[in-house]
Amino acid sequence: MSEKDTLLDNLGRHGISRRGFLKFCASMASMMALPPGAATVMAETLGKARRPSVIYLSFQECTGCLESLTRSFSPTLESLIFNAISLDYQETLQAAAGTAAEAAREQAMKDNYGKYLLMVDGSIPTRDGGVYSTAAGKTNLETLEDAAKGAAAIIAVGTCAAFGGIPYAKPNPTGAVPVSDLIHDKPIINVSGCPPIPAVITGVLAHYLTFGALPELDSNRRPLAFYGDTIHDRCYRRPFYDQGKFAKTFDDAGARQGWCLYELGCKGPTTHNACATTKWNQGTSFPIESGHPCLGCSEPGFWDAGNFYSALSTTTAPLGAWSGAAIAAGAAIGLAAGAASRHTQKEAKQAHHVVTAEELKNKEEQS
Amino acid sequence: MTVNEILTWVRGPAMQFALVIFFLGVVVRILEMWLLGRTPDLSLARRSGFIPGLRTVFHRSIPAPGLLQRQPLVYLGGYTFHLGFFISLIFFAPHIQLFYGVWGIRWPGLPAYLIDFVAVVSIAALVALLVHRFVNPVRRYLSNGGDYLAWLVTFLPLFTGYLVAHESVLPYAQMLTLHILSVELLLIVLPFTKLTHSFTLFLSRWYNGAMAGRKGVAS
Repeated sequence: MSEKDTLLDNLGRHGISRRGFLKFCASMASMMALPPGAATVMAETLGKARRPSVIYLSFQECTGCLESLTRSFSPTLESLIFNAISLDYQETLQAAAGTAAEAAREQAMKDNYGKYLLMVDGSIPTRDGGVYSTAAGKTNLETLEDAAKGAAAIIAVGTCAAFGGIPYAKPNPTGAVPVSDLIHDKPIINVSGCPPIPAVITGVLAHYLTFGALPELDSNRRPLAFYGDTIHDRCYRRPFYDQGKFAKTFDDAGARQGWCLYELGCKGPTTHNACATTKWNQGTSFPIESGHPCLGCSEPGFWDAGNFYSALSTTTAPLGAWSGAAIAAGAAIGLAAGAASRHTQKEAKQAHHVVTAEELKNKEEQS
Repeated sequence: MTVNEILTWVRGPAMQFALVIFFLGVVVRILEMWLLGRTPDLSLARRSGFIPGLRTVFHRSIPAPGLLQRQPLVYLGGYTFHLGFFISLIFFAPHIQLFYGVWGIRWPGLPAYLIDFVAVVSIAALVALLVHRFVNPVRRYLSNGGDYLAWLVTFLPLFTGYLVAHESVLPYAQMLTLHILSVELLLIVLPFTKLTHSFTLFLSRWYNGAMAGRKGVAS
C-alpha cells in the first residue's frame, strides 16, 4: 500500500466493491445513529481518505483489546478499514523489530506532528516514577506524555486505558491511572470494555476520518452511539426480568429456559455498551446470550463494584461485623443511659419530701 | 465519581454506616426504656400478665367498635400501606437477594407485576393519608414535623423503588442509587422518630395488657 492510495483503492485491492463499501458506510452510520445523509458523506470522505498515521501504545494491559481488534473480525470490512490506516507503531505486533520499531514511531511522530491519532491500550503506572511498566528503556508515563504532544486526538482503547481497569483496582499497587488523568489538553475518547467491541473501534475511526472530529460523547467520554443504552435496555432477556422470571443457579430450569440473570449478578442494568445489539464474533452472540451475567466491564471501577455473582440489589461491603459492633456499642450506651436514669430516679426519690398531716396543720395555722 | 461508583459506595460503606446507626439507635432506645424499671406490685398479682398481654396485642391491632365507620380512611389506608410496605420489602425478588446475601437464607418471591400492584396501592394509601392529615383540622393540629418526617422517609423507599422498576424518570443506576439512599435515610431516622414503633409497638401493647392482667382488670 502506498501512502497516496485512498481507502477505496485499498479496499478494491482486497476484493471489496464500491457497493460493499457503501453498505458498510450505511450500516456504520445507522449504528452510530447519524442522520441519513451521513452515510453518503461518510462514503465520499472515507473513500478519498488518505491513510492517517496511527500510533498504538500498549501499557499495563493484557493484549485482550488487541486480540479483539485484530483477530475476531479479521476477514471483514472492519479489519480492512483498519488496514487502511497507517499503523506506524504497535509494539506488540512489532516486538521483533526492536529498535527499528522505536525509530519508526519517532519518525511517524515527527512526520505527522499534530495530525496523528494516538491509540492507547492499558493503564499507566505512576507510583515510584512509573517504573512498574517500561518499554525500550522508557516508562509508560514518559512515552505517553511524549506521544500525546503531537497527537490530534487520543483514543483510549479498553477499560484499562479509559478508566484504569484491573491495574487500577484496589489496592492499585502500581499507582495506575487512566489516560484522562494524565492528559488534559487533547481530545480523548474512551472506547471502554474488557475488551471493547471491534466494530466500536472501527466506528470511532470511521467517524473521525469522515468528519475530522470525534463523535458525541457521554459524561465518561464514551461515544454515545455505542454507549448510549444499557445492556439491560437492549437485552433480549429483558421480558423475563419484567415478568420476574430469574435463573437462580447456572444449571437450573430457569437458566436452561434462558431466564433473566439478574439474581446471578448481571450488571446489565448499570452497564452502557453495545454488546446486546452489535454482539461479538461477527454478530454471533454476547455473554448473556451464552448464559453468563454481564460483568459490567465497560464501566469505571467495575472490578471494585462488589461480587460479580451477587445481584445489584445486594451490598458491596460486609455488614455482619459492623452490625455486631453497633449492637454491642448500642448495648453499652443503653446500659449507661439506663444507669443514669436509675440514678435520677433514686435522687428524685431521696429528694422527695413526704408531707405529714402535722405539717399541713402548721401551714394552715400560719396562714 | 461516576454514577456506578456512587452506587457501589451507596451499596457498601453508606449501607454500613446506616446499619450501624440503625442497630445502635434501636438497641439504645429499647434498653433505655426497659431499664427505667417497673413499679413494684402494691398488692398480690391477680394472675400472670402474659396471656392478657397477648390479648391486648390482638385487640389493639383491630379497630375498636365504631371507629372503622368513623375513620375508614385512617384504618384502611394505614393497614394497606403497612401491609404493602412489608410485602414489597420481603417478597420482591431483588430484596430477597439482599437478605440472602446478608443472612444466607432465601424464600420464594412474588411475581414483579404483583409487587408492582402492591407498591402502587401502598403509595396511593400513603398519599391519601397525607392529604387527610392536611385536610382534617384535628389531624392537622395534632401533626408536627416528626409526623411529616416519618411519612416522608416511609414514602421515599416505596416511591423510588417503584421508579427503579419502571425506569421512567431516571436510568436504572441513578434511580437504584436514590432508592438505596432513601432506605439508608429510613434506617438512620427510624430509631430517633415515631418510627421506633416498628420495634416498640407490640412490646408496649403487650405491656399495657400485662399490667392490666396483673391488676385483675380487663385487658
